[in-house]
Amino acid sequence: MGRILMDGNEAVVRGALYAGCRFFAGYPITPASSILSGMLEALPPTGGIVMQGEDEIASIGYCLGASMAGLKAMTATSGPGISLYSENISFAIGSEIPLVIVNVMRQGPSTGAATRGADGDVHFMRWGNSGGLPVIVLAPTCAADCFSLTAHAFNLAERFRCPVFVASNKEIGMTRETVDLDALERPPAIGRTIHREGDYLPFAAQGPDGVPAFLPIGGDVPVRQTSSMHGPDGYITTDPQVMQTLVERLKNKVEAHADEFSFHELDVQEGARTLIVSYGVTARAARAAVARLRDRGTRVSLLVLKTLWPVPERVIREAAEEADRVLVVEMNLGQVVHEVRRVVCTKRVDFFGLMCGRLIRPSEIVQEVCRD
Amino acid sequence: MTSLLNPSRPPVFCPGCSHERSLHVLDKAFQDLELRPEDVVIVSDIGCSGLFDVFFHTHAFHGLHGRALTYAAGIKMARPHLKVVVTMGDGGLGIGGAHLLAACRRNVDLTLLVLNNFNFGMTGGQFSCTTPPSARVGSGFLNELEHPMDVCRVAAAAGAPFVVRRSVFDPDLRQKLVEALEYPGFSIVDVWGGCPGRYMKKNPLPPKELEGLVEAAGRWDGVVQENAREEYRSAYALKMGNATPAPIPQGTEPSFEAALSEPFGVVLLGAAGERVISAGNLLAEAALRGGLHVTQKNDYNITVMRGPSITEVLLSPQPIVFPGIEDPAVIVALASDGVARRKDLFAAAEERTLVIRAADVDIPSCRARCLDVDFKAAGIGKKDRALASLVLIARTAGIFSVDQILQALRQTAPEKLHPAMEEVLHKAAALAETCRG
Ligand code: SF4
Repeated sequence: MGRILMDGNEAVVRGALYAGCRFFAGYPITPASSILSGMLEALPPTGGIVMQGEDEIASIGYCLGASMAGLKAMTATSGPGISLYSENISFAIGSEIPLVIVNVMRQGPSTGAATRGADGDVHFMRWGNSGGLPVIVLAPTCAADCFSLTAHAFNLAERFRCPVFVASNKEIGMTRETVDLDALERPPAIGRTIHREGDYLPFAAQGPDGVPAFLPIGGDVPVRQTSSMHGPDGYITTDPQVMQTLVERLKNKVEAHADEFSFHELDVQEGARTLIVSYGVTARAARAAVARLRDRGTRVSLLVLKTLWPVPERVIREAAEEADRVLVVEMNLGQVVHEVRRVVCTKRVDFFGLMCGRLIRPSEIVQEVCRD
Repeated sequence: MTSLLNPSRPPVFCPGCSHERSLHVLDKAFQDLELRPEDVVIVSDIGCSGLFDVFFHTHAFHGLHGRALTYAAGIKMARPHLKVVVTMGDGGLGIGGAHLLAACRRNVDLTLLVLNNFNFGMTGGQFSCTTPPSARVGSGFLNELEHPMDVCRVAAAAGAPFVVRRSVFDPDLRQKLVEALEYPGFSIVDVWGGCPGRYMKKNPLPPKELEGLVEAAGRWDGVVQENAREEYRSAYALKMGNATPAPIPQGTEPSFEAALSEPFGVVLLGAAGERVISAGNLLAEAALRGGLHVTQKNDYNITVMRGPSITEVLLSPQPIVFPGIEDPAVIVALASDGVARRKDLFAAAEERTLVIRAADVDIPSCRARCLDVDFKAAGIGKKDRALASLVLIARTAGIFSVDQILQALRQTAPEKLHPAMEEVLHKAAALAETCRG
């Protein structure tokens, strides 16, 4: 297959097609627009549907309808669009609608700098829904990751029936780079579990972390879907016990399985007392910084997180075991650092971040490590 | 004929609520069409009209306020055989205005029932987008200041091909619902009714008076001739069937070995319209064919036809860890717009950096070596400078030959552009000879 030049957004499109995406809706927004155009080129000629919504609210609304009708669905936007997605993200969480949401992050707040990258939406993606129940957020570092993490995102969305974010960044989405097609990770594509036998209760699940089996709206058996608090039968309820059981299950079904999809890269150096933690495009600056530091004899370890939510607590704790100091580097003013602090508790945790629209440089990370 | 009403969930509206009457008329219409539960999905909005999905034992989808039309369109696109019925009140109409307009324009085969009772019943009788200014409602004087919206005129103006307005008491409402459900396209039925629980407490609305109001506003009877056209999903299917799948780009095996042992960063600083990004693309393609790893970042203003246009291409014999160019090997100054945007590069430039400067472009003083190039004298126009500069870069750095750039060009650029682009590259090769030393 050889190598190809492709940007992160093209890789997302390729990953979505590989994973079996059949429905895409989006609204144009820099720096995510080329995902919309890429899907439009690829999907309709093979029988899939692509729609351009009248706004972001409509775009995600179309996706929720199509997903409940049984199609694997994806949408893509940037920070201002995530704001408008919010109410429907809550809906997808609470009513267990599989959906992949690509957020090609740009510098904010608000309309910010449309053509400049940042990772300022990390907490927003997690907490920007009413009710505060968990979502899954995967963070690519490069175009190759965009491919494989988009494929993983579909698998996770289908398996757990929940929204899954691909947290890209302008600096990945719109940066072209050589990608070795032979070396791409291609996780086998899976679909949602289908209800096979017996009466169908649309939200009946096995156990405290179970996921309900699916039947599509429009199939032979009438299916109920609702954004309201509901019991297993899909009818509205105010029964405290039913409600508590549901919200706990929505939390558990994702968080109890976090270890199964805590994607990361850990590069440990024997005897290193400092651990750098980073993610996204900044992880690449961190890798370069680590090489330079080691060249000059400074011992340092590196943890690159590719799953941001649920927080890969076990991975972080184990990676930090030998360290006296953890340095978290992010393209924002400090978000994942709070989670790392929470997880490693007693250790010293420092932070370095910029949100000025340019990449954090390896030299700056080297300097921060040496500041000790 | 069997009712599609849900035997386990009998309707619960306030006594005398017109929604209950609408519910039964809709059920009758379903029966007239001999629809089965699995043939229908009720997509309901928020408010009292949002209870409709519960009272039928069809497919049901109840979502957020104002968004029902969006879910419905997604469902219909995925399952074209389904009868998709949307119920919303005048509240949903107001908050979902953009979706109403889009549904009218797009003409997906949905049937929208607007259960129009001139107020927000469920939340306490506040005014909505259809409340008359003379009504006394739960929003103080605010409704007196706003003009109510005529749903049917708005829908028709936005392109809805089938528009009906009836009072809930009208004997032909059932027939009109049947027609709306059968219409192959977007149909909207504006059903006027009373809300005894809220609105009618201070605004009595006996059936006769309601009929009179509908009469005054104008009855709409169905097909809006000037808006009649092909339904969206069918038109979409036709386009889909005729489209050829775009080929999925495959990988390229190296065809030569580029002469490069260290990472090599190139920054082209130009202006919009100078094909700077295309030149960057070609450089990247040539490098790919030479077995190199590449990253390419572009920067241009959102105003596409003006301002700076910059491409940063990093070439490396090893996989590229950090995609930024910290220390460019070559900076090409093609236009003052680009130079102004990236003054920082000149300030940071070292002696080992090469600046290729178009003779008519000023650059900040810097420590870099400078090669002045008179593109104009060589017969190379502004639009071709970026392309020409690739030859100068290739020659000065010795990474690849002009032939190797030509080869990449032939394999990646549209064929009709080849002669002109090749001519530029040949002129640039001649120019490079004169620039030596
Ligand atoms: S509040 Fe009004 S609309 Fe709601 S059920 Fe009562 S009468 Fe009907």
